[in-house]
Amino acid sequence: MLETYSVEMQRIVKQFGSVVANDQVDFKAKPGEIHALLGENGAGKSTMMCMLSGVYRPTSGEIYIRGEKAKIRSPKDAMKLGIGMVFQNFRLVQTLTAAENIILGEKTSFWRGPGWMKNKQEEIAAIAARFGLTFPVDRPIWQLSVGEQQRVEIVKTLYRGADLIILDEPTSVLTPDEAEQLFATLNQMKAENKTVIITTHKLKEVMAISDSISIMRKGRLTHTMEKSTTNERELARLMVGKEVVVQKPLASCPKGKPLLIVEQLDAYADHGRKALDQMEFQVHEGEIVGVAGVAGNGQSELAEVLTGLRPWRKGSITFNGKPLKNASVRGAIEARIAHVPENRMRSGLAGSLGIVDNLLFKSYRMSERSRFGFLRSRANRSWSQSLVEQFDVKTPGLDIPVRQLSGGNQQKLLFAREVELDPLFMVAVHPTQGLDVGATEGVHRLLTEMREQGKGILLLSEDLDEVMQLSDRILVIYSGRIVGEMARGEATREQLGLYMAGVRDAEDAEEEKVV
Amino acid sequence: MSRQPVQSTLAAEQSDTAPRRGKLLSLRIELDPSRKESPWWMTIISVLLALVFCGIFIAANGMNPITVYSKMINGAFGTTFGITETLVKSIPLLLCGIGVAIAYRISVWNIGAEGQFLAGAMAATAVTVYFPNMPVYLVIPVMIVFSMIGGGMWGLLTAIPRTYFQVNELISSLMLNYVALLALNYFVFGPWKDPKGFNFPGTPVFTEAQSLPVLGDTRLHLGLIFAIIAVLLYAFLMKYTRWGYELRLIGANPEAAKNAGIKISRHILLVMLISGGMAGLAGMAEVSGVTHRLMYGISPGYGYTAIIVAWLAKLNPLGLVISSFLFGGLIVGGFSVQTIGLPSSISSMIQGAILFFLIAGGMASKFRIRRNG
Repeated sequence: MLETYSVEMQRIVKQFGSVVANDQVDFKAKPGEIHALLGENGAGKSTMMCMLSGVYRPTSGEIYIRGEKAKIRSPKDAMKLGIGMVFQNFRLVQTLTAAENIILGEKTSFWRGPGWMKNKQEEIAAIAARFGLTFPVDRPIWQLSVGEQQRVEIVKTLYRGADLIILDEPTSVLTPDEAEQLFATLNQMKAENKTVIITTHKLKEVMAISDSISIMRKGRLTHTMEKSTTNERELARLMVGKEVVVQKPLASCPKGKPLLIVEQLDAYADHGRKALDQMEFQVHEGEIVGVAGVAGNGQSELAEVLTGLRPWRKGSITFNGKPLKNASVRGAIEARIAHVPENRMRSGLAGSLGIVDNLLFKSYRMSERSRFGFLRSRANRSWSQSLVEQFDVKTPGLDIPVRQLSGGNQQKLLFAREVELDPLFMVAVHPTQGLDVGATEGVHRLLTEMREQGKGILLLSEDLDEVMQLSDRILVIYSGRIVGEMARGEATREQLGLYMAGVRDAEDAEEEKVV
Repeated sequence: MSRQPVQSTLAAEQSDTAPRRGKLLSLRIELDPSRKESPWWMTIISVLLALVFCGIFIAANGMNPITVYSKMINGAFGTTFGITETLVKSIPLLLCGIGVAIAYRISVWNIGAEGQFLAGAMAATAVTVYFPNMPVYLVIPVMIVFSMIGGGMWGLLTAIPRTYFQVNELISSLMLNYVALLALNYFVFGPWKDPKGFNFPGTPVFTEAQSLPVLGDTRLHLGLIFAIIAVLLYAFLMKYTRWGYELRLIGANPEAAKNAGIKISRHILLVMLISGGMAGLAGMAEVSGVTHRLMYGISPGYGYTAIIVAWLAKLNPLGLVISSFLFGGLIVGGFSVQTIGLPSSISSMIQGAILFFLIAGGMASKFRIRRNG
């Protein structure tokens, strides 16, 4: 007898403009199994699941639910087919209670009878208890912990009768204890013959909880296998792929003296989570140091600490022979640290302002740009014009809002501003994110040029290829620590993948060095 | 210039994922993520629509809206008396308008200009009450300084909680308006009441030295010069100074401003001090130039109207001059229709309608209409 799959996605293609997020993906999952969809950030896992839950529609391809062809046009359609999704960012109304959130959108008659809410609450509590999910049903969402909110989301899908439940990165917000509880719940769902799909990039969880594993890489589904036939090492290798990276030849330049020395650095993220833990590393003059790692392991916080946007609690940063001022953006600018922020339109540029204003960002206090508190408007304009020409920013004029420039030109503008300050050191975070091939090439050329001029560069990127192509040295960051360090040429994708997934912890890495 | 790819992706996403915003024949109305500001002509359309809207109510009262509007225009701008009166009303509007505009530049939603106006008026009056024998040449300058400090401090009462405790400035500035109003009532009904005033709730009439000089036999006073200087300063500071640049940056993208090493909280304090100071100066100009005493009901809501003035002007200095003059005219025009039996509150109705349509116009500009298909 042919096995019936609860979901079968065939030759799914999804394009966003010219970007292909999913390319000819075939994906299947059976009832009564926990299926893990594994892949790096941006591999296309979430996009796939969003198509299944009706948030996106595939550009082409077919979806079969329980053997029947289905057209999923909206989350409502998905709900009717018994598909429920728990998003990474919860879709809950903060001021409503848990029970109200769960029944939200339910269509019943105008008068629902006496004690209606109480009955609903009992019904919900019963479902929650069956799956071992405890949370106060009558309390508003904003009073619940993140773990409890997730449980509300899960019960919401169950209450609506979902037997195919998708969880997008479910453990990224949970404490280890909460994650254990979640796994128990997932096993209960499996026992009730529901299909559970989780997307994740954490190998340990995949091995702990799943039955089948599919691996996605760069928008394609590359492998599907049973858990029993594989192990963590193999998964890590498959996740990062094994194509050889063509390293660009770097002009050999003598390694200079240490420029940035970070010692025993501790820093905290916004909600008191420890983001950097005893971090130590150095960057020398004329060196590009790449930092590889899965998103959320402290990269953003590291960049913020180095550029004065975030304070650090313990440890020290020595820059160019002097201690760096803690949490002072001006201090970092004056020490000549340049910054290419993670999201250029969010924190790097002011979209509604023109080119001159955006170029003045960091230099407007200097005597060439202003005098006695007055801006030297005319000089600044011609200075901007020359920068625009020098960095080949394609723009119809100096006064158009930079929001209207293309991503590549925006990034050129940002580099123009930062390079113009003649920095000693640059922190570049995802510098080529969202750029096309040509613009990426341009950014890479700028970075290598800076290196040749003896500047130090710390390159934080999720794109492993980029890190491997450009870096003299690669550091791997995992839970706020540097867990691995490799020289150019020594690093392989496999090794990096293992470090990034936290398979080898710091102690292993120590051993490796001794050997 | 083509839009950046990220945004067009977003648009594509919106169109095939978000529920459609509405259907009209074969047209589709949807959010255009690339639009942030409304075009300039939207302001004019909004004002016209507000006038049409109010015209319906006027017609419902049995009057011809055209007659009423022309009567208003004639009353406000048709005679020398009308124009000077309009200017008199536009002085406090312009000063308060500059005050709120400067705060709105950095997205600090100060709606407390009314309270700051009253605080300034009280501070200026305090000089006349407690130092009645001050040398003639000193009185006016001291009153000016006091009023600006008074208004500025009232603004700081909003700014400090906002900066240090994240208290919403909309609520605190609005509430402080009532505090200021009650304080004013206390003074004019209590300790500062004119003993020879037949129980009128007001201070004694100011001496000549305590009053601003007026132009000829009109009521137009020196405050006009203050307002003009203030608006020129505002324009200059915004455009040509480092400080103005910092404000522009904070207003455009606070996140990026942090990256440029700008301390936003310090700017909020300073801006609210100035914002309140401007409104306070308006209060001084009003008591010293127009009423010549502090009295009950000193402000017909200049501080609130100033919000509309600033919004209509899109915070632009020249726009502020024009819109405060128009709103001054609206108040004066409102009085002139009383003779044909309409209440002067018709001008409040028009003011409200203009703000309503402005905001609606701003919302509407964020959408685009597309053909379905």
